[in-house]
Amino acid sequence: MSGTVGTTKDLPPGRYGISGLLRSEWTKLRSLRSTMWTLGITVVLGIGISALATAETRAHWSSMSIGDRLSFDPTSTSLIGVFVGQLTIGVLGVLVMSGEYGSGTIRATFSAAPRRPLVLVAKAAVFGLVALVAAEIVSFLSYFLGQALLGAPATHTTLGSPGALRAVAGSGIYLCLIGLCALGLATIIRHTAGAISAFLGILLVVPIIVRALPTSLANEIERFMPDHIGAAVVSLHMGQYSLAPWTGLVVLCGYAVALLVIGGVLLVRRDA
Amino acid sequence: MIEAKGLTKHYGPKLAVDQLSFSVRPGVVTGFLGPNGSGKSTTMRMIMGLDAPNAGDVTVNGRHYHDLAWPLHEVGALLEAKAIHPGRSARAHLRMLAEANHIALRRVDEVLAIVGLSSVAGQRAGKFSLGMSQRLGIAATLLGDPEVTLFDEPVNGLDPDGIRWVRNLLKGLAREGRTVFVSSHLMSEMALTADEVVIIGRGRLIAQIPIDELLAQSSQRYVRVRSPGIAALKAALERGGAATVLEEDGSLSVRGPDEIAIGELAASIPVVLHELAPQSASLEEAFMELTEDSIEYHGASTTGSVLSSEGVK
Repeated sequence: MSGTVGTTKDLPPGRYGISGLLRSEWTKLRSLRSTMWTLGITVVLGIGISALATAETRAHWSSMSIGDRLSFDPTSTSLIGVFVGQLTIGVLGVLVMSGEYGSGTIRATFSAAPRRPLVLVAKAAVFGLVALVAAEIVSFLSYFLGQALLGAPATHTTLGSPGALRAVAGSGIYLCLIGLCALGLATIIRHTAGAISAFLGILLVVPIIVRALPTSLANEIERFMPDHIGAAVVSLHMGQYSLAPWTGLVVLCGYAVALLVIGGVLLVRRDA
Repeated sequence: MIEAKGLTKHYGPKLAVDQLSFSVRPGVVTGFLGPNGSGKSTTMRMIMGLDAPNAGDVTVNGRHYHDLAWPLHEVGALLEAKAIHPGRSARAHLRMLAEANHIALRRVDEVLAIVGLSSVAGQRAGKFSLGMSQRLGIAATLLGDPEVTLFDEPVNGLDPDGIRWVRNLLKGLAREGRTVFVSSHLMSEMALTADEVVIIGRGRLIAQIPIDELLAQSSQRYVRVRSPGIAALKAALERGGAATVLEEDGSLSVRGPDEIAIGELAASIPVVLHELAPQSASLEEAFMELTEDSIEYHGASTTGSVLSSEGVK
């Protein structure tokens, strides 16, 4: 054999690792038009729905009853778009992983980086950060636009109002964690359609089933449901059967970590 | 260097690869031959650490794929052409691989030029033809300038020009001292590219031999003879124990003695020869003979060279 290349080749020092994988995942994310579209739709739809809800309230303010006016929560109304945004962020979280399985790119990915949990960590970090930035843009812009639209004489708040900053920043964190839960689900399920169904099922269908249970039991379970945690985060009035906002976010973070860890274990165990 | 020892993989009750042992050395093109469904792709995935073997072991340069420090600098593989996200451009696909292994980004444009995709580098891979996807897959294989290369059916979907280009590429890689392992279900393709072949059927090793030895070994080797005195020659040959068949075109196919022995016999009769041509059985036939018992999915008629037709699954 005439080993002109082969054995004499100089390798870089050390070993491939997280820094390269983070850059790789960032390239993957921004090189797909579908990612950019989904993020764009999340932002536009989220802010748009919030604006619509607040403008609607303002328009009917004079005809609202005193009771309705008193119980009106301007902060949560202006953040209502977050609950639409969670659907698109979730779909993006699913696609980030299932898209690799669907196209077969996952085999190229694991050929470049056979330590699969490291790939998942990089993916979750990059997607999580992008989702957080997009989500905070949605919640802050929704809030400011909503409060501006409400205006006097309708009740409105400022970021300085008690609990307002927590509700706004918290709802961005909520969205990001929902996205990471979806990423974890997709790592477990691997198929786009299946993972999106599971995600929407947990977010939208399971709460309906829970509400069909005896009230005392439903109240106990409901507070741990993601949608309920989200509602508690954006609301300034703490419900009797809700987790405290930060407690809720910690629980949600626990869900995301659990799903990602299960996904990571399966990544290692299953053939790619 | 790729070494497999007792490699075994089953999917449920179905045995895909069965106690497979072989070694692929650097500096030559090693063909990996077997009918469709014989376990070639599964074996390649196990080499790449994508599928875990149920038993046995496979190493690349003495190490498991999982333990390589810089996988793409050490091993390049074309596993399936369409394994690229349809929404991503060729350049972005290569870029994300390069970044994962700290490969300089200018190398991305280099390999795109090598495979002739520079002009469509920014286009989405979903619009690529199968041939273009193959070229992109080959670009990814060359990205890290690896010492060990694997190609699973690399000429699928390529036009004749592309096929010739792949052949030359594979031979060039081997000449540079690299390990080149290329699978195909087409014996004829391997005859033109490979120096050595690993032949499997139903997941089991049938043979690992140099390609000319495979040809020489084949019982289908024969000599074609034309002569005005063919009857006399035929009789003399048969007396000497040779098997002869008088073909429809008037030529005589002789099995047993080689062309030297036949020529000398003809001279001793004496009989004038118009043609004395040693015939290799086509590799296709040699391959058929070897894998006869191990073809998993027989077509309705298996007398022709079923294995050379693209459509057999």
